Amino acid sequence: MNAPNMSGWKPGTPQAPEGSDGVHTVTGNRGLMLEEPLVFEIGNTETTGVDFPSPLTLAGGAGGGPDTGSGSTPTADSSRVREGNRLGGLDRSESFGLPGLSEPETVRHYTRLSRQNYAIDCGIFPLGSCTMKHNPRLNEKVARMPGFSDLHPLQPESTVQGALGVIDELAHWLVSLTGMAGVAMSPKAGAHGELCGILTIRAALEARGDARQVILVPESAHGTNPATAAFAGYAVENIPATAEGRVDLAALEARLGPDVAAVMITNPNTCGLFEREMKAISDAVHAAGAFVYCDGANFNAVVGRVRPGDLGVDAMHINLHKTFSTPHGGGGPGSGPVVLSEALMPFAPLPFVRKTDAGFDLIEEEDDAAAPQSFGRMAAFHGQMGMFTRALAYILSHGADGLRQVSGDAVLNANYILRRCEDVLDAPFGATGPCMHEALFSDAGFAEGVATLDLAKALIDEGFHPMTMYFPLVVHGAMLVEPTECESKATLDQFIMALRSIAERARAGDESLHQAPQLAPRRRLDETLAARRPVLAWEG
Amino acid sequence: MPRYFTEDHEWIEVDGQTATIGITDYAQEQLGDIVFVEVPAAGASLAKGKEAAVVESVKAASDVYSPVSGTVTEGNAALEDDPALVNTAPEGDGWFFKLTVSDAAELEGLMDEAAYKDFVAGL
Repeated sequence: MNAPNMSGWKPGTPQAPEGSDGVHTVTGNRGLMLEEPLVFEIGNTETTGVDFPSPLTLAGGAGGGPDTGSGSTPTADSSRVREGNRLGGLDRSESFGLPGLSEPETVRHYTRLSRQNYAIDCGIFPLGSCTMKHNPRLNEKVARMPGFSDLHPLQPESTVQGALGVIDELAHWLVSLTGMAGVAMSPKAGAHGELCGILTIRAALEARGDARQVILVPESAHGTNPATAAFAGYAVENIPATAEGRVDLAALEARLGPDVAAVMITNPNTCGLFEREMKAISDAVHAAGAFVYCDGANFNAVVGRVRPGDLGVDAMHINLHKTFSTPHGGGGPGSGPVVLSEALMPFAPLPFVRKTDAGFDLIEEEDDAAAPQSFGRMAAFHGQMGMFTRALAYILSHGADGLRQVSGDAVLNANYILRRCEDVLDAPFGATGPCMHEALFSDAGFAEGVATLDLAKALIDEGFHPMTMYFPLVVHGAMLVEPTECESKATLDQFIMALRSIAERARAGDESLHQAPQLAPRRRLDETLAARRPVLAWEG
Repeated sequence: MPRYFTEDHEWIEVDGQTATIGITDYAQEQLGDIVFVEVPAAGASLAKGKEAAVVESVKAASDVYSPVSGTVTEGNAALEDDPALVNTAPEGDGWFFKLTVSDAAELEGLMDEAAYKDFVAGL
């Protein structure tokens, strides 16, 4: 890093956006939408928003006791501290230039940045495959109750019986909703759950002395599935899709054999379609001595209506942030409990909660008689407790009938978008029947030179976050729209009006689409340059 | 020198025992701006139809398969600094790797230029 901004001078706007209205301002601010430099560019090394007490000195009691002088900075006392600490001379001797801001400056910095952000609290966030749904504030209230929020994972079990009860109650709901034998609660996210499922399957195969090497993954599966299989040490082979965008059962059956450990299927799949032959697929896989892993990322489309256990699934992760409305974004915190079949339950990871007459036990050790065949531990503690409380609050506030309506409304909303737009946007699987929770379109019908990217950027000008682009790969110029159950008809109608308008411009070859977005704080960014020459650290 | 094509949009140009392999103009057009290429190292042993290289664009990451079996003699080092060569000259300077062909009979199942053109026209 270069020299920090010692003076605290604020250079103002590095790249003032030029509005399409041609209005320039000297500050770069546009009305009350403020430009905001990086924290390194506005902070300085002399300012701080907090008063830390000086560190204690530890050498032989000399000068012991906290420094009570107010207003002195840690660096002023650094000589005293170095004499007495126990860092063996490895302590830092010079400032490394962290930018400092006063409290009001800090608050304004992040508030200004947040105004340039788009979030589910601003409007519809129709990212297909991601399930960006409203986070009910009731969940937040429950998660913030001191009895939950002030716990530490190393507290004695006797003092956290309520929290263990929450884990047990949530596990009961997940098992009931999926029709499975049990659940591993500790995986920290969807892909972690996939790994948990595959490691459980491997443990089950090893227990019967069966070293199978291959995992089959259909084209319509999530991209994390082959990555998980490869990470767990398996060879990955593709199974083609039918023209209807579903798993080719005949091709799958032809490939099954004594070397196949498992099949990983996403259902509903990434084309937003339900795998109607799931039971036949499971039966064929079981007949070949293999296991069925189901990617449950899209469980929100069927919750309360379909129990994966009835379809022959052996293991499935559930993204609590998708189906059960825990916060989703900024990289987490995710939570990916894995429901397991009777055949796999003995191999489930540690730790897990066991209900006894006296209360709840946390089974943590591999030599515990309660877990003789567990494949071990995947995470330091028991899972994402904050997500468990939120998910259980969501489940209990909806009830079984409410959850059934959640999936029904999610599918209804997606089909509303599909049918309202399919005359101006190509829907490659529209003729095969209703979609599930997401509507898939392709760029067929766009004028030469107009791409999916142009349509997505134009949506930003209209005030909408774009849908997922160029995924799934099996559809050219794919646009995957997932409205979720949370959006009202009024919101959907407004979104559809914007989408139809832009689609018609794309069909007509409107050149101005290449200029979009024209009204955003930044114009179209150079994604290619960003990928080819990434700047990963602040360069001053 | 004869040039052949695969259904996965690789091209292979054969000069005696040595062959040069890359992806076709159609493939780069579909991928969009290429941002990263990983080519095999000299000495790597490749099997026909198996993963040989990786190409990543702003849209997607894809495997590149070896059209024939053989031993790699050279990966195109220029692609590391300038992956855009695959966009500007996919069937020239943007080649991926060269190998020594281990079984010339494997070339027989591949398409010639006219057949590949027909194949692409039908997509």
